[in-house]
Amino acid sequence: MEAMTFAQKVLSRASGREAFPGEIVSAKIDLAMSHENAALVLRAFNEMGAKEVWDAERMVLLFDHRVPANTIKAAEGHQAVRAFVRAEGLPHFYDLREGICHQVLPEKGHVLPGMLIVGTDSHTTTYGALGAFSTGIGATEMAAVWATGELWMKVPRTFRFHLNGRLDGPVVAKDVILHLIGMMGADGCDYRCVEFVGPVVDAMSISGRMTMCNMSMEMGAKAGVAFPDQRTKDYLKGRTAKEWKPVLSDPEAQVEREIDLDLTGLAPQVAYPHSVDNVKPVEEMAGIPVDQAVIGSCTNGRAEDLLAAERVLHGRKVPDSVRLIVVPASREVYLWALESGVMASLVRAGAVVTNPGCGPCLGAHQGLLAPGERCIATTNRNFRGRMGSPESEVYLASPATVAASALKGQIADPREVIG
Amino acid sequence: MRGRVWKYGDHVNTDVIIPGRYLDDYDVRSMAKHALEDLDPRFARDVAYGDVIVAGRNFGCGSSREQAPLALKHAGVGAVVAISFARIFFRNAVNVGLPVVELDATGMFESGDVALINLEKGIIVNETTGRTGRFEPLPDFLLDILRDGGLVPHTAKRLY
Repeated sequence: MEAMTFAQKVLSRASGREAFPGEIVSAKIDLAMSHENAALVLRAFNEMGAKEVWDAERMVLLFDHRVPANTIKAAEGHQAVRAFVRAEGLPHFYDLREGICHQVLPEKGHVLPGMLIVGTDSHTTTYGALGAFSTGIGATEMAAVWATGELWMKVPRTFRFHLNGRLDGPVVAKDVILHLIGMMGADGCDYRCVEFVGPVVDAMSISGRMTMCNMSMEMGAKAGVAFPDQRTKDYLKGRTAKEWKPVLSDPEAQVEREIDLDLTGLAPQVAYPHSVDNVKPVEEMAGIPVDQAVIGSCTNGRAEDLLAAERVLHGRKVPDSVRLIVVPASREVYLWALESGVMASLVRAGAVVTNPGCGPCLGAHQGLLAPGERCIATTNRNFRGRMGSPESEVYLASPATVAASALKGQIADPREVIG
Repeated sequence: MRGRVWKYGDHVNTDVIIPGRYLDDYDVRSMAKHALEDLDPRFARDVAYGDVIVAGRNFGCGSSREQAPLALKHAGVGAVVAISFARIFFRNAVNVGLPVVELDATGMFESGDVALINLEKGIIVNETTGRTGRFEPLPDFLLDILRDGGLVPHTAKRLY
């Protein structure tokens, strides 16, 4: 057999034949995730005339986008999905209490290396941090997955990023991925499987790798992956009893592009409005006043993110002119932050804390922006109108940069606050 | 199919096609009412049945929300023509029965021109200027989904 990439290996196993880049295969899905838009999936599922789901064990449903329900229509959507979960006896359903899908699925041990995972959310690429091939799909095709367990997929070509050197001070995975998106452009990795390798990735926590894989889709990637190592083993230990084997690219496998970067000395990065690839080092935009600062989301709402913000804010006060909103990504993260004292410290510094969920990231609730307002956020998109008024602006950065900016009331370099 | 052209630029994202603040509502008429609202407030008001959107690179980037192609389809859009599409939007559009055309020469259209498209043959004509363009037709199995009116009727046909 020819040498194969990670993407080829997963899709070959899932389709039961040797799969080559560019080919379209019908793949058997290992895990299917939906959040609130399960209501839309359900409608298509019923319209198709499907009688029952293909495999309840392989489905995970949860609510995170609008929890607790923010409108009557959202409540009706929740109600319809809950009724379906009961009627079908689906064993893996997390109601409003657990948090964001992309945090909860790994935490609860649903994600294993080498799996083929689809979700009705574009940031489903996050699970690549544990070595899964994982991608976002639409609601109607998810209904077909619920009914048949299969989906057509084009086998992607691969881009490999060798990330060399080391990150300094408060510079973290978010700065790296913003830098890569700025370099590649919003469609620079369209349809590709993106592999992250090298010393910077080896030194990165699973949390950091989740940030990288999560935002790989903002440069168009179909999937992003960091290959399993000891950190992956440690993360999965106690979360799953299932056996797993890492799936890796063969060393001689054909890769479309190899990109070598030395990240030593990389500065904190910020994405300007209104596109995620409009990225510059923080010093180029320091001084822009902000009205709101958001720390949270599937990109950066984990323990290490809250801790990075706390290090900047500890013993300090956010001015009254800035609304600092903190959204833990999950109940597990929330409890950790409460029990470790990190949450108390953030609240003392002036943060408003909301329940685990997507929070204001997608402009549904919990911190919408008025015309003319500016927000700096650890979230993943800064499109026009994303977080409220189309006349508002969103800037994207790391937790430390957002915390430093909240403190100063303007976009600020975290290295100047914590040295 | 034939329709009047609405021309837009690169990276038209799903947040401007249908903003997150309207996503709690799964009623397609309500989606259609807000289609492209944050990019072009005139669009939803003036779009006519069969009109064609012509755009640049990476059309439909961002969220996986299927409400994006649904909003365009139910606003009356007959097809979206772009230099390239973001992958989830492309899949969703086919699945909800909204034709998508990848065309390099989108410069052959201006807003208000009339476009004539033959999806099977891969031919597109600007009836206003007389220019003709060619594109790679979709693979047969995707054209089949479009002919059936989307993945729901297509799958229903296969299941029973």
